[in-house]
Amino acid sequence: MLEHRKLEILHILHENSRLSIETMANMLGESPEDVATAIDELERDNIILRYSAVINWDKVESRRVTAVIDVKVTPQREVGFDAIAERIYRFPEVKSVTLMSGTYDLQVIVEGHDIKEAARFVSEKLSTIENVNSTTTHFLLKTYKTDGVIFDERDGDKRLVISP
Amino acid sequence: MNTLTSRLSPIVQNLPPSGIRRFFDLANQMEGVISLGVGEPDFVTPWHIREAGIYSLEQGYTSYTSNRGLPELCEQIAVYLQRFGLTYRPQREIFVTIGGSEAIDLALRALVCPGDQVLIPEPTYVSYRPCALLAGAEVVSVPTRAEDAFRLTPELLASRITPRAKVLVLCFPNNPTGSTMNKEELAAIAEVAVRNDLFVISDEIYAELTYGRRHVSIASLPGMRERTIVIGGMSKAYAMTGWRIGYAAGPEDILDAMLKIHQYTILCAPVMAQLAALEALKHGEAEKQKMVHSYDQRRRLMVQGLRDIGLPCHEPQGAFYAFPDIRPTGLSSEAFAERLLTSERVAVVPGNVFGESGEGFVRCSYATSVTQIERALERIRRFVETLR
Repeated sequence: MLEHRKLEILHILHENSRLSIETMANMLGESPEDVATAIDELERDNIILRYSAVINWDKVESRRVTAVIDVKVTPQREVGFDAIAERIYRFPEVKSVTLMSGTYDLQVIVEGHDIKEAARFVSEKLSTIENVNSTTTHFLLKTYKTDGVIFDERDGDKRLVISP
Repeated sequence: MNTLTSRLSPIVQNLPPSGIRRFFDLANQMEGVISLGVGEPDFVTPWHIREAGIYSLEQGYTSYTSNRGLPELCEQIAVYLQRFGLTYRPQREIFVTIGGSEAIDLALRALVCPGDQVLIPEPTYVSYRPCALLAGAEVVSVPTRAEDAFRLTPELLASRITPRAKVLVLCFPNNPTGSTMNKEELAAIAEVAVRNDLFVISDEIYAELTYGRRHVSIASLPGMRERTIVIGGMSKAYAMTGWRIGYAAGPEDILDAMLKIHQYTILCAPVMAQLAALEALKHGEAEKQKMVHSYDQRRRLMVQGLRDIGLPCHEPQGAFYAFPDIRPTGLSSEAFAERLLTSERVAVVPGNVFGESGEGFVRCSYATSVTQIERALERIRRFVETLR
């Protein structure tokens, strides 16, 4: 299958990964077999890593905190930022680690049951890692939009049921 | 005897009521209806355009504009029309209207003398006929055929022309059939128009919604510019139906006549909506392309789904409608639509409301979510199977 068709499959799955192979095939004008093969390849190549849902956790768990931590580090010879990034992302409480341009190096997102737990991670684990020079911790207060999804969308079709 | 009614204008009294109205009333009072009957985008106007509208209010743009509309907007429309090879002078040959609808009415009123014939290829959008009748015209239907994918052919057109024929109303990409016409097909129509000295009102409101092909305007063909009024607007391309911004472009003499009616009846389109339209034309391309891409995926899903159910469906190449053939069910358009609505709660529009030649077909809009389309197809399948 052509690369741009694969890209289209990725966009469709990113929007709604629960569509059937047949539906996607019809949307793309491809055969279900070809779409299934393309998805297998995308999974095999680790391009599709997981199928998950976008969840508004605020509605189900009130005691859950997310901390965004700006981390300054000293890169190391040969491995640059990768080795230190790995030491950080191996912790299960770390949800994401991203190398950033700008005034700090790594953005680390940590989830915990409460502020204490998140703070303990920063002071006892993150700050003590060799070559971590400084950390600045921000706690998330409210999420309005994630991954293109507006959480409090007052949606509903405002159109007339039938119009010419 | 209702004496009040009898004193109303006979033209208005004799106008047939909209065929859609009854279905609207029926569908509107039912719960859980999946509607494939909506003639407008399912997208909300892109935020940057809405934001421009909000900003215009904050800035205090609440006054009249010139009758023609904002000069910058007319200029942007002129720039936009160049992509179809059309060159119009913004201050003389373009003006802004309240949606494409107003432009249709103005064009017909400006062109028609009592008794002139207006040729309307059908099935087509429901407003042309009443507007032509209100302008005093005699309407001549030109039925198109399913085997031509509802395109107008020069033979069909020529067969309906009389010496009193004056105006041809074209709507391609077409509502309700989704048909488009390519350059060669339009050239053949243009030849008939020139030979019979017809004016053409070309409603190109769906020009941006074509799939795998570029829209061709009949006005760009030789001999057509001087006899064509091009009508377009923001509604379908930028999901701006409620803003009511359209335009007309054409020869100065005709536009001047139309502008005269516009200035006495409308004065001008709302300034805040004009400013939002300006934002759409200047910066709306990327969002528009995303929407077109999304319609295209849903178009394939809808057409394939209908065919799998056993309802033949020509490939719609424009707008956002599929127009399946429901004759295999043995039902009329009205019966099919009504029974589908009451038994499975899916609303479609019977094809005959768009002209007699739409009988045997229904209009299914795919401007609704993939999930809704899938559910609707499932219900249509169940319904069609009960008929077998």
